[in-house]
Amino acid sequence: MADIVHHSVPQETDDLPARVGKAKLWSAYLLRDKKALIGLIILCSLTLVALFAPWVTPYDPNAMDFEFLQPPSFTHPLGTDDLGRDLLSRLMYGTQISLFVGISTVTIALAAGITLGLMAGYFGGFIDTIIMRYIDLQWAFPNFIIAVYLVAVFGTGLSNVIVAVSLAFVDDFARLVRSMVLSIKQEQYVDAARTLGASHWRIMWRHILPNATAPIIVQATVSVSYAILAEAGLSFLGLGVQADTPTWGLILSDARSFFSRAWWLGVFPGLFIMITVLSINFLGDALRDMLDVREVKDAR
Amino acid sequence: MTQYLIRRIIGAILVMWAVATLVFFMLRLVPGDPIGAMLFDTGDAAAITALRAKFGLDLPIWAQYLKWLWLVLQGDLGNSIYGSRLSVSRIVLEALPRTLSLATLSFFVALIIAVPAGIISAVRKHSKLDHAVTLVAFLGLSMPDFWVGILLIIVFAANLQWLPAIGYAPLSQGFWPWFSHLILPAIAVGTAFAAIIARMIRSAMLEVLKTDYMSVARSKGLKNWRIIMVHALPNALVPVVTVMGIAIALLMAGAVVVENVFAIKGLGRVLIEGILNRDYPVVQGAILAVSAVFVFANLFVDVLYTFIDPRIRYD
Repeated sequence: MADIVHHSVPQETDDLPARVGKAKLWSAYLLRDKKALIGLIILCSLTLVALFAPWVTPYDPNAMDFEFLQPPSFTHPLGTDDLGRDLLSRLMYGTQISLFVGISTVTIALAAGITLGLMAGYFGGFIDTIIMRYIDLQWAFPNFIIAVYLVAVFGTGLSNVIVAVSLAFVDDFARLVRSMVLSIKQEQYVDAARTLGASHWRIMWRHILPNATAPIIVQATVSVSYAILAEAGLSFLGLGVQADTPTWGLILSDARSFFSRAWWLGVFPGLFIMITVLSINFLGDALRDMLDVREVKDAR
Repeated sequence: MTQYLIRRIIGAILVMWAVATLVFFMLRLVPGDPIGAMLFDTGDAAAITALRAKFGLDLPIWAQYLKWLWLVLQGDLGNSIYGSRLSVSRIVLEALPRTLSLATLSFFVALIIAVPAGIISAVRKHSKLDHAVTLVAFLGLSMPDFWVGILLIIVFAANLQWLPAIGYAPLSQGFWPWFSHLILPAIAVGTAFAAIIARMIRSAMLEVLKTDYMSVARSKGLKNWRIIMVHALPNALVPVVTVMGIAIALLMAGAVVVENVFAIKGLGRVLIEGILNRDYPVVQGAILAVSAVFVFANLFVDVLYTFIDPRIRYD
């Protein structure tokens, strides 16, 4: 499947002024791209909502009221659910879980995938065979299916979902990093470092990895959106967080019997998911153009 | 070619064996006791021992594995330990055609949406229509498939009441009952795939339209639609064939979720119900079946390439 090709000169990793200049360049680029700007603004707002949910939500997300299944109105902007709970407040709290799961799973998958990919690509031979046998097995299946399989094994609940989704995404990063390592390993500056007596560890983390960052950043960004979709899907199927936790997937799942009477329960939670995923995809697209990364595997 | 085929079939069987083994051991190494769940955790010790012996759970784990593997090879996936106690093979065989119907129909729905959209946005590059197609494709990739299903139920089943909201009718009951039950889930599953295909066709068409033989066709005075449909489209479809593997991945993963929205008892619903009921044999059987569909569909597609594009050779 599509591997990533990155064409740019090796970065100077120890040059601080160059780095500051690059950060400025990045932000200037992202701010010029209209889609990326919209994506950034929405993501920042969602992060603020997640962080300050207790202060910015109009109601307690679990407070029940006798106003069951009220359509959107001034008092309840997105309506209420079958227990009279305010939908907007519940969706705002749902932001916490979605963003938390999206970011934590990709962080774990990234750490594990980078380590496995570096080791497989750098050492080659037996280590490579052992690691890649497993990675290839997982690669044969879509991430969401792997996540469902793993939840089948570990059981449901938030921490299990995080472990399952993280593991499901490891193969993407491991393969990506390995293929980058294989090409970077041939570069002269790696030979130079080796001649100067740098340790394997130092060569891997200081000389090879920094030059593989661009595609990893793009893949990680896109993966956050897939992880959020995966969490929503698992929650919707009843395999996610505990019942009554306000998450987007679970709110949709709970509303299933009321769609004919209360359209807002079916429409708004999905809208939150879509807008979040769309913003991340906008950002990922802009990053891909900016960092000149040609193709990223579709991880869904 | 024969050698390649044999190698691939052996590879596919090895993958299936690895999946079966992993699933078997992981399900047993993890805490959580199906017998306890069956007895609603009442803790009647005698009943627990009797049931464990009945299902062979008192044997050492390697003996359980060998016994299980031997039975699986004979097509015996055991019996459900929950509710109906039906044979798992039967449950899986009943579910399989539903999932395959859904995935196949989704594939065609996606093509019917994506091919015209891709052509139009390539031919009218940078027009408003092109931008609209791009935006819709972006939305299609960002919408969770189960939510698309819910929206379709709200509009077409709950409000307009044109189509049934849930259930499945086999093709043997006639085309319309089958189609009317499956079209909404098929749209839900196919949306993301349609978005990907539309974008691929657009960029492939743009490449083809730049080639010399397009100029030749135009200078011969051929009609525009003829140039597009007869000369450009077939060549623009070649890269689409190469993403068939991704298509299978997307459509199967989508079917697993969407079946649960529309209460279609396909492999996905069997799998999820099995997980929720901690019904080991059903979970194992469903995972094996889903995996087998995957592995062998991919094998089939890879072999199909060699027929569609003779330039591809596996030696």
